[in-house]
Amino acid sequence: MQLTNRSKQVDRSPMTFLESIYLWNILKGMGVTIRHFFKKKVTVQYPEKQRYFSKVFRGLHVLNRDEEGRENCTACGLCAVACPAEAITMEAAERLPGEEHLYREEKYAAKYEINMLRCIFCGLCEEACPKDAIYLSETFAPANYQRKGFIYKKEDLLIPHPIKEKEAYEKAKSGRVDVKKKD
Amino acid sequence: MSEETKLFKVTIDNITVEVPPGTTILEAARKIGGDVAPPAMCFYSKLEGSGGKCRTCLVEVAQGSEKDPRPMPKLMASCRTTVMDGMVVKNITSERVIEARNGVVEILLINHPLDCPICDQAGECDLQDLSYGHGTEGTRFEFPKRVFEKEDIGPLIQLHMTRCILCYRCTYVADQLTDKRVHGILDRGERAEISTYISKAIDNDFSGNMIDVCPVGALTDKTFRFKNRVWFTKPVDAHRDCDKCCGKVVLWNRGDEVMRVTTRDDEWGEVQSFVDEKTGEKKPGWICNTCRFEKKKVADWVIEGETNIKRHSVIAQNKYQKLVVPKDTITEVMDGRPPKLLMDIHDESDVNDPAIDLSLINGPATSKTFNNTSKDKKETTKKITEQE
Repeated sequence: MQLTNRSKQVDRSPMTFLESIYLWNILKGMGVTIRHFFKKKVTVQYPEKQRYFSKVFRGLHVLNRDEEGRENCTACGLCAVACPAEAITMEAAERLPGEEHLYREEKYAAKYEINMLRCIFCGLCEEACPKDAIYLSETFAPANYQRKGFIYKKEDLLIPHPIKEKEAYEKAKSGRVDVKKKD
Repeated sequence: MSEETKLFKVTIDNITVEVPPGTTILEAARKIGGDVAPPAMCFYSKLEGSGGKCRTCLVEVAQGSEKDPRPMPKLMASCRTTVMDGMVVKNITSERVIEARNGVVEILLINHPLDCPICDQAGECDLQDLSYGHGTEGTRFEFPKRVFEKEDIGPLIQLHMTRCILCYRCTYVADQLTDKRVHGILDRGERAEISTYISKAIDNDFSGNMIDVCPVGALTDKTFRFKNRVWFTKPVDAHRDCDKCCGKVVLWNRGDEVMRVTTRDDEWGEVQSFVDEKTGEKKPGWICNTCRFEKKKVADWVIEGETNIKRHSVIAQNKYQKLVVPKDTITEVMDGRPPKLLMDIHDESDVNDPAIDLSLINGPATSKTFNNTSKDKKETTKKITEQE
């Protein structure tokens, strides 16, 4: 049965002497190799030189603060319910009097965790968030020797304070977020 | 009664039903069911006198009755209009009704704070469902929304007056179920508000039912406040012997923790009726405050099984009905040894800490609650042992 007319009969005739010393094939192969010496290199020297991220790159998450440094997240749970990998968990708490400078609204996320081992960086949490609280930054999740290093707590995810840590905040805002490395 | 009561024929959205005289259009439409039934925010069939306030159930009466086939000039509130023989009603087939309902939703949302991310009712809120169906994306209201002074109405029920749509259901509950009503509507018109007189606490038995009856998040369970989102808890039907109420409830669990106890709801979001074993009467299954607020342990209840939830509800997310857990063969294969985990998530995660039992805290968790975690305890014990 013939499915296409592109099939070719395998030539099983014995090789001639010229063919059996493979000289022509070796030269042909070397030609390909040498041609690449003069081409533009596709690799970069990584830690020294870094590639630009695409504008739609989705990397490590950041939890946003407002301009006064209060946390935006109200633990509404929409990111967790939108998450297809079920990577996000949280526990909410009520803001006490005197904590108004810490949290923007009456309810806040006391615990907020993203399991980066589960996360598929789809960005649905960012899309679901009604409070502009979670963003996917232009950073990779750094490698780690242990699995527990991939459980990111709220402290690991929060953006630096815009007033107290102005420099770090500006750096984070400019795109490349230098998230504290986990031990 | 020798005479047979004559049934009235009503046609709603081209579907004809026969109902006894005195039935309202809304209840006739509910008999048909599905999308034909108009939404209702204030009407509650188990509460006498409710309805007629929110105007979401407006319908067009295209033919008054067989004898008088003139259409009614204005849209009628279907919860308050009784049927006539040969009446023809248009609900979702009428453009006028849809337009009017959109307008009603806009008016209801004028003073609503739209703080759904904070509100504990989110996910089971009638107003949320209604505005998804009929609401517009934006608002035309440019003025500050009304605000109220925060008021404490007791340790069990949380009042958020800004969310209230003044449906009066909770006052009917208090009038018809409890011994003495201590709350009501103060002031009139735009300034009307639900309140207790001179900040008296609501502590009547059965007063907790006003939480379930509230179509929005104005009255919420204080013992459940901020503890979990509704759609992360798993509802199971359960019952217990209670001398005050029917004891048939829905438990909203997180794992083995009972986060919240509510009445069992029927398909219209109203409390289910049960046949009383002693009298044989069918009665609404209201539950008492002891069952609702104090029995927060699985051991207090006899679990009947999973509650049926509409598939399109957000509460049905990530819940698997009739789930069969496959047999774990690893320990069997490994001669009884448990598998070695590279990481136990419960050792690393701070969420759902065994040292903090959220279900047993009366009121919302605060930063104080989370200060005493099991990890802190471990560390302090470690420090103590090191010092010794």
